[in-house]
Amino acid sequence: MADLLANAPEAAPEPGRARRGLGTFLAAKLGGGLVSLFLVAVLGFFLFRVMPGDPARTMTRGAPVSEDQLVALRARFGLDQPLWKQFLDFLGNLLRGDLGTSYTYSRPVGDLILERLGPTLLLVGTATVLAVVLGLWTGTRAAWRHGSAFDKSSTSIALTLWSVPTFWLGLIVLMVFGVGMGPFPGLFPVGGISSPDVPDGLLPQVLDVAHHLVLPALTMVAVIYAEYLMVMRSSLLEEMGEDYLTTARAKGLREDLVRRRHAVPNALLPTVTLIFLRLGLVVMGAITVETVFSWPGLGLLTFEALRVPDLPLLQGIFIVMAGSVILMNVLADMLYRGLDPRVRES
Amino acid sequence: MTATAKQIARQRRRARADEMWQAFRRDRAGLTGLVLLVLIAALALLAPLLTDASGLDVTRATGEALQPPGSEFWLGTDESGRSVLLLTWWGARVSLVVGLSAALLSMVIGTLFGVTAAHFGGWTSTVLMRVTDFFLVLPSLVLAIALSTVLARGLPTIVLAIGVTAWPATARLVRAQTLTIEARPYIERARALGGGPGHVIGRHVLPAVLPLVFANTTLQVASAIIAESTLSFLGLGDPSRVSWGSMLKSAMDTGAVTAGAWWYLLPPGLGIVAVVLSFTLCGRALESVFNPRLRGQA
Repeated sequence: MADLLANAPEAAPEPGRARRGLGTFLAAKLGGGLVSLFLVAVLGFFLFRVMPGDPARTMTRGAPVSEDQLVALRARFGLDQPLWKQFLDFLGNLLRGDLGTSYTYSRPVGDLILERLGPTLLLVGTATVLAVVLGLWTGTRAAWRHGSAFDKSSTSIALTLWSVPTFWLGLIVLMVFGVGMGPFPGLFPVGGISSPDVPDGLLPQVLDVAHHLVLPALTMVAVIYAEYLMVMRSSLLEEMGEDYLTTARAKGLREDLVRRRHAVPNALLPTVTLIFLRLGLVVMGAITVETVFSWPGLGLLTFEALRVPDLPLLQGIFIVMAGSVILMNVLADMLYRGLDPRVRES
Repeated sequence: MTATAKQIARQRRRARADEMWQAFRRDRAGLTGLVLLVLIAALALLAPLLTDASGLDVTRATGEALQPPGSEFWLGTDESGRSVLLLTWWGARVSLVVGLSAALLSMVIGTLFGVTAAHFGGWTSTVLMRVTDFFLVLPSLVLAIALSTVLARGLPTIVLAIGVTAWPATARLVRAQTLTIEARPYIERARALGGGPGHVIGRHVLPAVLPLVFANTTLQVASAIIAESTLSFLGLGDPSRVSWGSMLKSAMDTGAVTAGAWWYLLPPGLGIVAVVLSFTLCGRALESVFNPRLRGQA
């Protein structure tokens, strides 16, 4: 999070690179993405199998087991095979979409993750869209009237919210608006994604889910919009000294047209990249927010898996989450090239 | 007046430091952050002298469970009757220690990667930056969770988990900075006079890069403290120590939210916000002092 400030001017692509065709570009990006995905698999494998020493012991952490049981456990999870063979099996299974079997649920990890994907996408999607809109709008305003009262107050609010741990904000929001304080009753559900007693029909059910969505989504928005605000603000500030803005003003454009048509599109580009680069932060928010609000998504699944700890499940979640963030970044790189002619030129 | 080269260098350094301090002082937000930090750090250091640590022991708790603030317990009690004020006070120690050590660790890794990649260039740079980019997009909390699950619980594990996930941004910053510095004529002069990589990096590059790294590390401490509280909140902290994150975890687990025990939830959270905000304000102020590009933006 905070290191972003230091990093902001660095987001621009490196100068001095030779002109490249679209094909080479795509190949390089896709190749890089594939290498990263492979690294995720390697990391996922070795992190969970090798580091703790004997995985069979880790699985049974704390529980007294006989030697026979350990041998059986090793055989069941293929741990008696040589390491390279285990890794190849693991990769083969991964390519077939088989992420192993959870030992708390005794069900395929892939199925469990798929089931929980919907709620997480709903929550994260809603929160990200709201946060981007709010953050970019406020950031633009703040930078354009740099030094004004609006700039100062919105920057202070953003910095403060940035310093708030998501889960704590969630707990407070839950206590005030979910449970209710003193004479004020709670206005929103305290957890879950839907109530059991909702009448049939599409509209009531959608409204019910939306009602449950309000608190977790707002908590996430409060914490992540600050990031977008700061990025947008600093990247617009960098554009503001540019000559093309003077030109635009000199030809008589109104101030808001100069902003909307000239400054903002250029300032948006580094912002878009950073939004994608920082998706990990959103994932972090999702894990804690879902835990606080019992939102039945991937984050809550992570928390449940942590408590056991259910290593195959955690491994699957790690690979899926890391993999999807990497994929999103590869997509962002391509989007960036489409959006910014300067990247294509240089 | 006969001043040796060393004396001149020392004088210049002192003048420069004075200048920096003057610039830092002009940033009111940064100064507020610094004052707040010194205050909190002093309180945390003095905790064993000013308070009785035995109050942290569950078996020796004197209050009732979840007692609201009153004359005996200024900030109320937790689920086992311990003073929330005392817990928050001691919790500051863990948060600060973990935050500082993890930021330091990530600074060392990041600087090592950045300087090496920039100085040697070529394949070394490609490989190192490829690794950096990989870790940059990897969701750090997920990796930290994975690390703290498989390693033994304890403070070193948390520091390690945060430190090895937080360095990529530093590495990129250091690399960019090293590249601009190595392009300057005095580096060429040092090389022409026969200075090897060790000399160039140690005597010329590092001193020039360190101020920005320092500013960056200050900002990193802020993220590290949030990360620590998040990991502890998820139950991955050191079970034998009270930290702000673990307090909030117990608060949630024991139903303080449903009971409306605001006095249990507010102090640790506000503690985190105060410390994180102070580090962020300090870091931003330092950054605008050391990085002229950013001057006038804050």
